[in-house]
Amino acid sequence: VTLLTGWGRTAATAAELCEAGDVAAQLRAAGPRGALARGLGRAYGDAAQNAGGRVLDMTGLSGVLDLDPVAGRVTVAAGTSYDALIDAVLPHGWFPAVTPGTAQVTIGGAIAADVHGKNHHRDGSLSRWVESLVLVTPDGERRRATPGDDAFRATAGGMGLTGVITEATLRLARVESAWCAVDTERCADLDDVMARMATGDDAYAYSVAWIDCLARGGRLGRSVLLRGDHAPATLPDPLARVRRPRVPAPPWAPNGLLNRFSIAAFNEAYYRRAPRAERGRLEPLDAYFYPLDAVAGWNRMYGRAGFLQYQLLVPFGAEATLRACLERLSEAGVPSFLAVLKRFGAGAGLLSFPAPGWTLALDIPAGVDGLARLLDALDAQIAEAGGRVYLAKDSRLRADLLGAMYPELDAWRGMQAALDPSGVMQSDLARRTGLLA
Amino acid sequence: MRDALGIPQSILVLGGTSDLALATVAELSGPREPKVVLAVRDEVRGAEAAGAIGAHAVTVPFDAAAVETHPRFVEELFAAHGDFDVVLVAFGLLDADDPLEVVDVNYRGAVSVLVALAERLKRQGHGAIVVFSSVAAERPRRANYLYGSTKAGLDAFAQGLHDDLAGTGVHVLTVRPGFVHTKMTEGRDPAPFSTTPDVVARAVADGLRRGAHTVWAPRGLRVLMTVLRHLPRPLFRRLPG
Repeated sequence: VTLLTGWGRTAATAAELCEAGDVAAQLRAAGPRGALARGLGRAYGDAAQNAGGRVLDMTGLSGVLDLDPVAGRVTVAAGTSYDALIDAVLPHGWFPAVTPGTAQVTIGGAIAADVHGKNHHRDGSLSRWVESLVLVTPDGERRRATPGDDAFRATAGGMGLTGVITEATLRLARVESAWCAVDTERCADLDDVMARMATGDDAYAYSVAWIDCLARGGRLGRSVLLRGDHAPATLPDPLARVRRPRVPAPPWAPNGLLNRFSIAAFNEAYYRRAPRAERGRLEPLDAYFYPLDAVAGWNRMYGRAGFLQYQLLVPFGAEATLRACLERLSEAGVPSFLAVLKRFGAGAGLLSFPAPGWTLALDIPAGVDGLARLLDALDAQIAEAGGRVYLAKDSRLRADLLGAMYPELDAWRGMQAALDPSGVMQSDLARRTGLLA
Repeated sequence: MRDALGIPQSILVLGGTSDLALATVAELSGPREPKVVLAVRDEVRGAEAAGAIGAHAVTVPFDAAAVETHPRFVEELFAAHGDFDVVLVAFGLLDADDPLEVVDVNYRGAVSVLVALAERLKRQGHGAIVVFSSVAAERPRRANYLYGSTKAGLDAFAQGLHDDLAGTGVHVLTVRPGFVHTKMTEGRDPAPFSTTPDVVARAVADGLRRGAHTVWAPRGLRVLMTVLRHLPRPLFRRLPG
């Protein structure tokens, strides 16, 4: 057996990890603890773990199966990473229409989490750009699902619990260059940044703000707002991908290296260093979309105790709840590197995280005192306001709030049960939160 | 499943009326209400303990000395309740009219149920077993050497089990409390470094978070016992308590 954790390196559990190979055969051979697909292990919590059961390593099933460079349509094996996908399509002037904040994610995993990117306010989540997918269900059947099918609706955002996605066909976005043109603004506080996003986001394809969660009082929510678009082809060889050298994180880090003081100092420096207002700075795609990919294994910096990511959503109209959450986090002095604030557009699948509203995401060391109580209190407030937390990031949500946060849970459960009547698909996330109950 | 912050969803307590175990249940639960199953010999006191925890606690009958019942007990319990995230092995006798009864419960009974539990937790691929040993395992005193000898055996077994289960997702934590003010020690003279169930409970929670193999409670006992272990016997014999 192999010990597995998510990217946050908490709550390790043991599973029989095997190469996906013949997926139908692997699912048929699963024991009483079931089976689950796992990609590159970037889900922060336990979404890609299956204690005591079987875990299919999907990264071997990778590669571009078909590319239509005229229409901008690509079919990939589910284990293909965003990184590899970009290498394949960028030279033809295409880019994934929706990308998460790391390129080290498989397409199958991204669909299962229905990931979003900095362009959600305009382009929605990934599932909107999936033309079709192939799902192998535990009965061994290989189904092609398209938007509108129950199988598709339950699978996009379904956290891998409807079967195993083996391939997907995606529509791509046209780009002229491998660069982004970025506008930067410093925002003094939460009202300032939210007002600027509410009025100005629509003029940009991409928009995200970095918030200093340790700033208090009148500076609560001070942030750096970064918005941009794909840049036109002004430079020579415009579609050549500019990769930065990848530096490894130190192989070990002392526990507590990242504490309230070191993180506060970093946040302060980041805010001060950002230009007050700057227009049109050109940044390579990788630097703009995947800043942390430049440090291999950065998750180890949190030491043995690991860390968690808390990503919440509150609907438009519940801005007071967002402010209250930020206040509680900053008052508690929860040491978090720059948190990410983003405005969402329309929602999608039954269990998809995004919905019209505001999302805030922050990384928190797992060893912080009083964290369980604080986050439980935030969960309750968020659920009350009609919001939710993101299951692909979650590692600690109380099971009894799941239904309130995901009102279409029962509809999803019905479709899931139809696809997997014998309950083969299992995960630690499902056991912990009662997703399948 | 235990979550990223170490909070369990289900706790099984063998010796479900133990003050140490009940304090540990409260500490591990934090702001949550995990399912708690108290396995007890005395069902009246067990029901009291469950009532004090709340509606999320239930009791089941368990006889540590009846080793022949243990494999079935464990299988049926897990079949009825599903996974247990944390198991506290907290039963024990300080003394009895028949010395062998102390051996049967504290050592033979504990080993028997631990073997069955380890097998079951290995199959579920996760979980923690907390074994309540004692400082008396480290060097028994004249006043408690029978008890100490059983805890010494159990302690050695638990240490080995920790290593045996490395890599299986199952974590074994041995706890060595000093003199704790509880029902068990009521009326006895406290030894130096005496402590309370809450201190022990916090040490357990901390040890589980760190993945430790052994914790002492209070922590200073570790150093004290290292010294005492090397004390010449005539001197050790004369120590108070």
